[in-house]
Amino acid sequence: MKDAITVRNLKKEFKAYSSRSGLKGAFRDLLTRNYKIVPAVNNISFQVKQGEMVGYIGENGAGKSTTIKMLTGILTPTSGEVIVNGMNPHKDREKFVSTIGVVFGQRSQLWWDIAVQESFRLLKKVYKVSDEQYDSHMAHVIRTLDIEPLLDKPVRKLSLGQRMRCELAAALIHNPPLLFLDEPTIGLDVLVKLKIREFLKEINEKYNTTILLTTHDLSDIEALCERVVMLDEGKIIYDGALKSLKEKWGEGKEIEFKFLEEVTLNDLNRITASSEVKWEKDEKEAIFTAFAEDNDELISLLIAKVVADLKVKDINIKETSTEEIIRNIYDRGIS
Amino acid sequence: MDKYIEMIRIRFLMMLAYRTNYYTGILIYSINIGAYYFLWSAIYGEKDAIEGMSVIQMSTYVAVAWMARAFYFNNIDREMAAEIKEGKVAVELIRPYNYLGMKTMQGLGEGIFRLFFFSVPGMFIVSFIFPLQFSADWTTWIFFAISIVLSFFINTQINLLTGITTFFLFNNTGLIRAKRVVIDLFSGLLIPISFFPVWAQDVLKFLPFQGISYVPSMIFTKSFSDNEAIQAIIMQGIWVLLLIIPIQVLWVIAKKQLIIQGG
Ligand SMILES: Nc1ncnc2c1ncn2[C@@H]1O[C@H](COP(=O)(O)OP(=O)(O)OP(=O)(O)O)[C@@H](O)[C@H]1O
Ligand SMILES: [Mg+2]
Repeated sequence: MKDAITVRNLKKEFKAYSSRSGLKGAFRDLLTRNYKIVPAVNNISFQVKQGEMVGYIGENGAGKSTTIKMLTGILTPTSGEVIVNGMNPHKDREKFVSTIGVVFGQRSQLWWDIAVQESFRLLKKVYKVSDEQYDSHMAHVIRTLDIEPLLDKPVRKLSLGQRMRCELAAALIHNPPLLFLDEPTIGLDVLVKLKIREFLKEINEKYNTTILLTTHDLSDIEALCERVVMLDEGKIIYDGALKSLKEKWGEGKEIEFKFLEEVTLNDLNRITASSEVKWEKDEKEAIFTAFAEDNDELISLLIAKVVADLKVKDINIKETSTEEIIRNIYDRGIS
Repeated sequence: MDKYIEMIRIRFLMMLAYRTNYYTGILIYSINIGAYYFLWSAIYGEKDAIEGMSVIQMSTYVAVAWMARAFYFNNIDREMAAEIKEGKVAVELIRPYNYLGMKTMQGLGEGIFRLFFFSVPGMFIVSFIFPLQFSADWTTWIFFAISIVLSFFINTQINLLTGITTFFLFNNTGLIRAKRVVIDLFSGLLIPISFFPVWAQDVLKFLPFQGISYVPSMIFTKSFSDNEAIQAIIMQGIWVLLLIIPIQVLWVIAKKQLIIQGG
């Protein structure tokens, strides 16, 4: 299958100006300014296939938005090669931008003072969408995102969640084969988030739309993306399936027990002495947690042993959450 | 082309959304016209004509110059500066249209709105209060119409140039303000160019400003002969073409080194 995005050795450097202190410093700044060259995106390469949904994650300032700006042709890369939808985003601007849709969660692309439907109407003309195309496609989008009642309101009177649904609809007016979403769920409530996820899944299935999504809400990624690209200080530190990230970095399972009788850690260690298990006790709630490798055999054996010896009130098996895994990686780095 | 026309319509709607702004505008313009009318009446005193213009021609000049200003004037330079500073240009650049072209159309939408809801009724009202003289000659009206459209383009192009400088200067509020004063003064809005000292007139001949206000107002008051009018209009046309060059050059450079503010 054709690649929707190909990025090779992409690099973007910013000049970070620093101001000198004091009045004297301010005058010196007028003549020469101190600056450091900061690489925001540092030699990254990756490919995205048509129809893939990719989560692009990383800490604040990792370079996610900068990458998206280069992929959409807004910023000129310092060096490297970008091919999106078979085109160089900087050449043939008008043709290129007609093949992508973009949502910047932090800035509106609708016209602030006019009704949403007027914005839609203008965009329809801008993207040269025919009436039939518009009617068949947008009727569906409007219904799914449930924005019918918002259409005649000016954008400035919409709530964030209402606006974001309209933004998404606006980015899809020309039904682009590739969608860039930079923090589309920022500040949204659970219901709106769910609605947006459902919707993205649906258009991906229906039109095989490629989606590149940045977010700090990992449940978005879990719900949508099989693949994640993780960025740290401008470098890609992981690119692969979300599942293997979990398998590789997930630190086993936790099994929580509550007992009907008085139990000590010694008892538990004795009972499970034959397997690799570590026990911990939460004094306050009398919960005992077993940390074990994520291995089904081992875990069922462990539970069987405990249940055979002690009267159990409650058992809870927990997987390390993606959030925890990512937090660990951000903290310690991949190595 | 469709999209550009649609933009004019959208701008029209936006102007309607902010009607109150424009009521205050009418008031300010009326006060200006009144003030200049009385000022010029005082200057003329008993004299029949100064620099070949009668007092009636002069009051017509003042009135039409201000009403024309309502059409050609726009704030797209300030809007561009704001869009660049807030990083909103990012959104403009991912649209399949020409940003500068769209800005021009927004200015035109605004201009057309003010022409119909401001200049025409305003001129009608002012003609009752002050003695004005309207030409019965249809060629004058045609010349005036062409000339005022060209004024719009020259003024808008200068605004685009000022707006683009935001990419390089970042804070150009001062420049924008200075530009406004320069245009009001050197375009002949406040004083007809023919009243300037000769050396100043010679300098202004080589600048685009008189194409903004002086030319259409002189045509309207029939202070130009047909021949002079045609020549002036050709000059305006040449300026429109010439100004395209620096705009395109700066725009290409600006896009190359563009840095979008904010995440
Ligand atoms: N206009 C600019 N001038 C100078 N440096 C910039 C500019 N824009 C971004 N940077 C720097 O580039 C780096 C990457 O920024 P970017 O906006 O891409 O981060 P991000 O991954 O999107 O972060 P976030 O999750 O906070 O949105 C940051 O260190 C930032 O300081
Ligand atoms: Mg960002």
